[in-house]
Amino acid sequence: MSKVRTAAAPPPVAARSRRLHPAPVRVMHWINALAMIVMIGSGWGIYNDSVIVSGLHFGTWRIGSWAAESLLWHFAGMWLLAINGTIYLIYGVVSGRFRERLLPIRAGEFVRTVRDTLHFHIAHEDLTVYNAVQKVLYIVVILAGISQVVTGLAIWKPIQFSGLVDLLGGFQSARGLHFLGMAVIVGFLVVHVALALLVPRTLWAMLTGGPRLASRTTSRAQP
Amino acid sequence: MKSLFRPAQRPDRTLLTGHRSLVHAIERRGVLRGALSLGALTMLTGCDWKTPDAVEKALRQVSAFNDGVQAAIFDPNKLAPTYPASMVLKPPKFNAYYPIEQLKPVDGQSWRLELTGRIDNKAYWTAQQIAALPEQEEIIRHICVEGWDYIGQWSGVPLRTFLERVGADLRAKYVNFKTADDYPSSIDMATALHPQTLLATKYAGETLAAPFGYPLRLRTSTKLGFKNPKWITAIEVTNTYTPGFWEKAGFNWFSGI
Repeated sequence: MSKVRTAAAPPPVAARSRRLHPAPVRVMHWINALAMIVMIGSGWGIYNDSVIVSGLHFGTWRIGSWAAESLLWHFAGMWLLAINGTIYLIYGVVSGRFRERLLPIRAGEFVRTVRDTLHFHIAHEDLTVYNAVQKVLYIVVILAGISQVVTGLAIWKPIQFSGLVDLLGGFQSARGLHFLGMAVIVGFLVVHVALALLVPRTLWAMLTGGPRLASRTTSRAQP
Repeated sequence: MKSLFRPAQRPDRTLLTGHRSLVHAIERRGVLRGALSLGALTMLTGCDWKTPDAVEKALRQVSAFNDGVQAAIFDPNKLAPTYPASMVLKPPKFNAYYPIEQLKPVDGQSWRLELTGRIDNKAYWTAQQIAALPEQEEIIRHICVEGWDYIGQWSGVPLRTFLERVGADLRAKYVNFKTADDYPSSIDMATALHPQTLLATKYAGETLAAPFGYPLRLRTSTKLGFKNPKWITAIEVTNTYTPGFWEKAGFNWFSGI
């Protein structure tokens, strides 16, 4: 019944004026950026007192001048990251944004995009469509973010959640995975920020909303 | 030598000339942006970047909020995993706010345990009296706030048994400790009554060595290492919150694991 009505009536105004990055996505993106910087910087400060990779110290690259301060930052930032991240995940699923922007991923397209990128053909003409590599990177970083919350919970409360610690292969293993998750996110950040600076329109789009999208309602109305 | 990254077939020269102005524009913008973000990064992570006092105050309030969250997460009946004796580290790790060279051993003969606060029988205890109390052994993981850990084998009277015996108010909020090395500490009553919380007198079946808290130390399976004071001289049961040595410096008070 709804199908008939949608096909007959013109698409609602809200659907027609939908932007690439709706306001909630932009707000959550920048809150997440802040939370990530706090978590990474304070995490490096905490890490320095008991290093995982021998010889690797973060020195002055840290938030909080010593362990106590870094820990205060980390355990305040965790709320921002976890609450904002949870709302983002619910929004992404419920609004259909994840399915619309991140799927499907075709292997052939992935290989082609990697090849093009290595030849410095970075195609970003159409901001509204993510290429296969972008899709994979976004999915990886979202999973890494979820993983950080889970491994973080395990090393914060290894006795209360001892089953989770066992699942992760023990306390030091959970710590290693927490460190690895950080490394994945930092790796993503380097590429993400570099590309945003190379193609400033993408950065601008995350501030102002970006181009308007073709209506999703219309295309779905045709069975 | 020819670069591996140079294509076998060069692109048409006119391609470059046609786009030269664009390439220059991108480079100029890139340098400007790069300089700006580098500047921002040095502000963020510069050598003496100290957390401003107002921010530190707000962060400590979040930390106090986290005390409540951790108390809610804490399950008084959940036992920490225990391990076989073969995994025990001997000797354990020395840890204090000073190096081991500055350690001042406690004389067990003249040592007395003082009791204060909401306790019915405040008579002091000697090491011999404590040794006569029922003993329990726990082989548990010690986890330091810094991230390292080891397995230790601790024995002594359960703190719950001791508190019951001296007639402590078990509904009070806190159990505070004073130590010979001036390292005050306090824990919540729920943790004090946890079945694996011990007043330890032995390690690996032998009387505690001086660096690890002889004659009496706290050993709880559900808190970070720094919440286990060594060389205890006094126990107080109270409803008044008193931050410990590291908590005053900014570490989280509850520090449950």
